Amino acid sequence: MTTQGRPSSPRPTALVVGAGSTGAATAHDLALRGFAVTVVERGEIASGTTGRNHGLLHSGARYAVKDPEAAAECIAERDILAQIAPEILELNGGLFVALDQAGLDYRELFLDSCRTAGIPVRELTASETLELEPALNPDLLCAVEVPDGVYDPLHLCLAFLATAARSGARVEPYHEVEELILHGRSVHGAVVRDRCTGERRRFEADVVVNATGPWADRLARMAGLDVPVTPTAGVMVAVAGRSVDRVINRLEPPSDGDIVLPQRRTVVIGTSSWSVEDPDRIDIPEDHVELMFRRGRELIPRIDRADERGVFAVARPLIGRPGDAGRELSRTFECFDHAADGVEGFVTISGGKTTTARAMAEKTSDVVCAKLGVDAVCRTRELPLASYREYQHA
Amino acid sequence: MPEQPITLRVWRSASAERSEPRFDEFTVHTDPERDMVLDLVERAWADQDRSLVFRHACHHASCGTCTIRVDGRERLPCITRVSDVWNGRAKLTLQPLRNVPIVADLAIDPEAHMERMAALGLPYVRTVEREVRATDAGIADADVGAAERFEDCLECLACVSACPVAAGDPEYLGPAVLAAADRLLEEPRETDPARILALVDSDHGVWQCRSVWACSAVCPSDVDPAMRIMDLRRRALMS
Repeated sequence: MTTQGRPSSPRPTALVVGAGSTGAATAHDLALRGFAVTVVERGEIASGTTGRNHGLLHSGARYAVKDPEAAAECIAERDILAQIAPEILELNGGLFVALDQAGLDYRELFLDSCRTAGIPVRELTASETLELEPALNPDLLCAVEVPDGVYDPLHLCLAFLATAARSGARVEPYHEVEELILHGRSVHGAVVRDRCTGERRRFEADVVVNATGPWADRLARMAGLDVPVTPTAGVMVAVAGRSVDRVINRLEPPSDGDIVLPQRRTVVIGTSSWSVEDPDRIDIPEDHVELMFRRGRELIPRIDRADERGVFAVARPLIGRPGDAGRELSRTFECFDHAADGVEGFVTISGGKTTTARAMAEKTSDVVCAKLGVDAVCRTRELPLASYREYQHA
Repeated sequence: MPEQPITLRVWRSASAERSEPRFDEFTVHTDPERDMVLDLVERAWADQDRSLVFRHACHHASCGTCTIRVDGRERLPCITRVSDVWNGRAKLTLQPLRNVPIVADLAIDPEAHMERMAALGLPYVRTVEREVRATDAGIADADVGAAERFEDCLECLACVSACPVAAGDPEYLGPAVLAAADRLLEEPRETDPARILALVDSDHGVWQCRSVWACSAVCPSDVDPAMRIMDLRRRALMS
């Protein structure tokens, strides 16, 4: 077995487990703050929750009514990403469309909540809405425009990692953690299997960051810990034909199948929500797929089952215990310093959204710096990201 | 559809333990009308062999990461329905792309392509082309304004794998990069057309194409690189 990490230099070392958006952003932040960072990812970059997400750059409007904290995080991070990663964002805006009286009844609460969260809104009549998006249901009643957008999740991760590499971070995809290195109850790195060579490699580090999303509990168990993350799956359906340029939401409390968004020459309908035991084995319920088409057609009548291009599902890492209702779990994030549980050298970051990955990384890096007594400020708000095309396989 | 067994023959290579390239067989269950080929690869990995190396991210033909050869033909396994490529009996052969470096098993390294695209400088997000949107939406006179959209090319490298010129010349710019060059020249904006033309009018550029049209045949995103290359020749001659 080869041993990596803990070089003789005085730089603190961090091992980030997981190269989804959270791990990639955390690697970038810690590397900028002077850490010697290694990222291990069991598969390809963004092959878990991040890659398969909807690609919705949240303005926060979707959460404004029920989850103002998540909404405020989203609008702040949306504005930062627009500055640091314009290459991978489509900032076409989003519409919340009222299709019935229930939508009209919800409108005032929605507008007030958005304004309170600092999300810019513009009210549109039916004809103004149809002028912007002629493929929408012609019977719609009105709409509210918000600064939603679309991004490519893989490319966002690659951009974070390419930027981290400029600061010296090393990225090791196809490296799966098999055990944590424990001295007593203190974590000092991980033993990792290289899937390409079969070799077991030992990565030592001052701190291990658990950024494994819905798999967070699996990694934490290796340190005898239990983290309250509930893998909550959702189905999405891609349909050929780019019938809209904006993100189309239904003006009503969040529900199954209430968003359609454009990606390249398709639209993607989402999503549903149910708890799963094992994020590696998600069976897609056929009735969820049918629901996506039925609800999607209510927003955009030309959506047709015959144009189905892909059906996929992935588990979100929602904070909460199994048994809590999926849509009621907050979409905000939480960083757990497991020193509070008696385990040093191990931090878990979970929950949240890819839109807020940078903020999650900032919070996590603050926790890591405080633990190790490192005095370094976050610089990720201002620094433009490298192109995703700059990312290189190790 | 009831579930039935299917056997995948998967190319394995490039590791210390697996120094001799070979095919491994995995038998998994499938509902061929529902499953995509990528679902089967994930199933084989999750249940049978955690060392299997393959690329994937978006699972809906947006990221261009998972491209492999299915029974010899370049495809995005995330949108390739099992029933469309399987007769219900034969083994399904899965191999990595050709003409690109292999990381291991089904995973390739796109670095050389990304460097060429970066040199070209095609931005990933550009203003919508009105006619494309109008065609897709079945709308005749839609004013789509200045909305931005992702480019159509997924950079999935199916075209590079299928291209006989790329097979013989590792430095050939390749169909995706040449198509991107044509796209840029069509709407140059801030880029310098002379620089783009110099890049493609070169020993490994637009004149190497043999008009086999394989790139356009395998493109999962209707970019039609072969047509773009012919258009690029016109631009090079007229400049």
